[in-house]
Amino acid sequence: MLAITAIAVVRFRRLFTVVMLFGIYSLLSAMIFVVLDAVDVAFTEAAVGAGISTVLMLATLVTTGRHEKPPRHHPLLPLAVVTVTGAGLIWGTLDMPGFGNPADPVHHHVADRYVIESPREIGIPNMVTSVLASYRGYDTMGEVIVVFTALMGVLSLIGIRRQRKQSTPPPENSATRRPYPVLQVMAILLIPFIILFALYVQFHGDYGPGGGFQAGVIFAAAIILYTLNFGLDDAMLLAPPKVVLRLSALGVLIYAGTGVVSMLNGGNYLDYNALSHDPLQGQHFGILVIELGVGITVAAVMIAIFFAFAGKTEKQ
Amino acid sequence: MISHHLPALQVVVPLMAAPLCFLLGRYRRLGWILSTLVSWLCLWIAVRLAFQVADGGQIQYAFGGWAPPWGIEYRVDQLNVLVLLIVSGIASVMFPYSWSSVQNEVDPEQQPLFFTCMLLCLAGLLGITITGDAFNLFVLLEISSLSTYTLISLGRDRRALTASFQYLIMGTIGATFILIGVGILYMLTGTLNMADLSDRIGEIGESRALQAGFGFLIVGIGLKLAMFPLHLWLPNAYAFAPSIVSAFIAATATKVAVYVMVRYLFTIFGHEFSFSAMYIHWLLIPVGLIAVLFTSIVAVFQRDIKRMLAYSSVAQIGYMLVGIGLVSTTGLTATLLHLFNHALMKGALFLSMGAVCYRLGNTLIDNMDGIGRQMPWTMGAFVAGGLSLIGVPLTVGFISKWYLILAALEKGWWPIAVIVVLGSLIAVIYVWRVVEAAYLHQRPDQSVTVVEAPASLLVPTWILVLANYYFGIDASFTTGFTSSAATTLFGAP
Repeated sequence: MLAITAIAVVRFRRLFTVVMLFGIYSLLSAMIFVVLDAVDVAFTEAAVGAGISTVLMLATLVTTGRHEKPPRHHPLLPLAVVTVTGAGLIWGTLDMPGFGNPADPVHHHVADRYVIESPREIGIPNMVTSVLASYRGYDTMGEVIVVFTALMGVLSLIGIRRQRKQSTPPPENSATRRPYPVLQVMAILLIPFIILFALYVQFHGDYGPGGGFQAGVIFAAAIILYTLNFGLDDAMLLAPPKVVLRLSALGVLIYAGTGVVSMLNGGNYLDYNALSHDPLQGQHFGILVIELGVGITVAAVMIAIFFAFAGKTEKQ
Repeated sequence: MISHHLPALQVVVPLMAAPLCFLLGRYRRLGWILSTLVSWLCLWIAVRLAFQVADGGQIQYAFGGWAPPWGIEYRVDQLNVLVLLIVSGIASVMFPYSWSSVQNEVDPEQQPLFFTCMLLCLAGLLGITITGDAFNLFVLLEISSLSTYTLISLGRDRRALTASFQYLIMGTIGATFILIGVGILYMLTGTLNMADLSDRIGEIGESRALQAGFGFLIVGIGLKLAMFPLHLWLPNAYAFAPSIVSAFIAATATKVAVYVMVRYLFTIFGHEFSFSAMYIHWLLIPVGLIAVLFTSIVAVFQRDIKRMLAYSSVAQIGYMLVGIGLVSTTGLTATLLHLFNHALMKGALFLSMGAVCYRLGNTLIDNMDGIGRQMPWTMGAFVAGGLSLIGVPLTVGFISKWYLILAALEKGWWPIAVIVVLGSLIAVIYVWRVVEAAYLHQRPDQSVTVVEAPASLLVPTWILVLANYYFGIDASFTTGFTSSAATTLFGAP
């Protein structure tokens, strides 16, 4: 099904359909990840791939138009390149260690320690979080900064529309701005639960699948839902862009600052053991704080990017 | 205590300065001062690190206190400390320069973003260089690439957007290939640490998956470093980016990519696998030689001088690839030397073009008639840098080409030496075109009179120009460092 969706994405010229298919593609891959027992990854894929990026692509479509231009040049050379690459991949995989074979190197070496030692060394049941936040915490910090950098890119290209001044009279088309009371009521009902769920995912990442990335995205989804129903101006009153932008930088600083604190306490950078006299407590505390930083940055960046696109849309 | 944390601070300082700079927001000058101070601090750290590894030792730093291969480690040796010195040195010269240049070329509202992205880019490049972990390298590569795309798109010309988009597509494909390669390596070995990878790859023996991973990594890195047929993104990106960005990425980004190539070929895969089993030199030498000849000739026909310098960069990368492909200590020394030296010369040339752009608004050769007399210092810097690019004795360009020719003759492959000399002769032609326009043509009467660029632009430019001659006359530091790094790379199993 994944392959069929991918081919459909390439074939369709109607971009609206394509975006929807992308959403389906993400959900399908999320399901595959679940089957492969990678629940955390599946969660992220569902939230980011199927949720937020679909909304963002739709926002882009409003500004660009719905139809793809017919391609101008021959697809032969790209086709050849893609075929060679694909053949290379398949040729390589033929020699791969068997799938799911417990004797594979990938299941031993470093993974052994993650699986066996992490409850003792870090003290939380979700191993994915242990690896993500502690063993390879520096990579995760890098990822947060990648998200932050993406925001810089969007801001430099589009920028967030300034809030409408209060003195300007409300626009005439207020009827079109609030057309769907049913949706609005539903949104109001849903938003508190979404935010609650986001907080649960945020702070429960130690025990079940979840963590800052997913929580941030879900939180942003709540705000985006609000924006879609009540218009950009109201949403900007709720979450002023200035504050959102500052928060995005703040999250990064919280994460990176945790590292500096552990450095000052005599450990290496991001060594949570140094945060408290009891190493396990230190790990707990460190992971909590950095996940918070991740959540803040991810939520702020998603909201800011959505504002940027939505502002662009309303201008036209 | 500080000296123990130096490897981490090298990257963390600019990384944390970036959001701070963003928070400073409209206090643009403060943002600039912050980034300049950070770049100087980075240089200081790099110099301290260089002293610590000067005797051939290694520094290891484990993040989170987790011993590698479980945690991420930074590993500093003579090879990457050299690249750290280049990147932070170039940054500490260019960040002071950036204020005047950016005032002229970037929208004031976007300047805080500009400085933030410069810091992110610096942090990313330093991180790629210093890290001892294959996946961490990918993460930092993403940071530096994303910020570079943003920086390029800030160019005044509308075409900067297309150039940036083109680079984004090519760069993302490159990054994906690298990711696939790293994924395959992880699958085969169960580790991401570079030193650990290198041990375990040696044990695998013949494996097609390993060969496929090798191929993906080489193509991915090749895209990033603008290896000849994959270089098409580069000329536009350099030509339309703001001048300071062209200068910065030309002097650092491709150098870091060459370093990554060397790191993968020699440290991770080991030279026996790379050259005796995969015959990678049969790819690198022809590709490098074609790049030298073809793109040098293309450079001669460019009207925009920034674009001309961009094509010349692809040619210079060709020299570096040939140096790797010669599979000898001398050849590798030549590559590393050229990596260092090319950063100096391209930095100086692009900065002088930035000064021209500051006064003329563009760098088209048609508009440069006769400006040699009106901007003597700027064009003087261009000529001095150009001599180094050609490889005139007493300049750094001469040293690295000399080593390259020596390495080729050592192997008895004299045609390579001939092509290297030929490339230099073509460089004479394209540098001469600028000299002819600037000094021998009369300034047309109706054109605006230009005056010399301000000192804030000239001083950094001349610092780099003088560095070209300093390291050209006294090459003991660079040759000492590079040859001992090259020997280590070949000596290690």
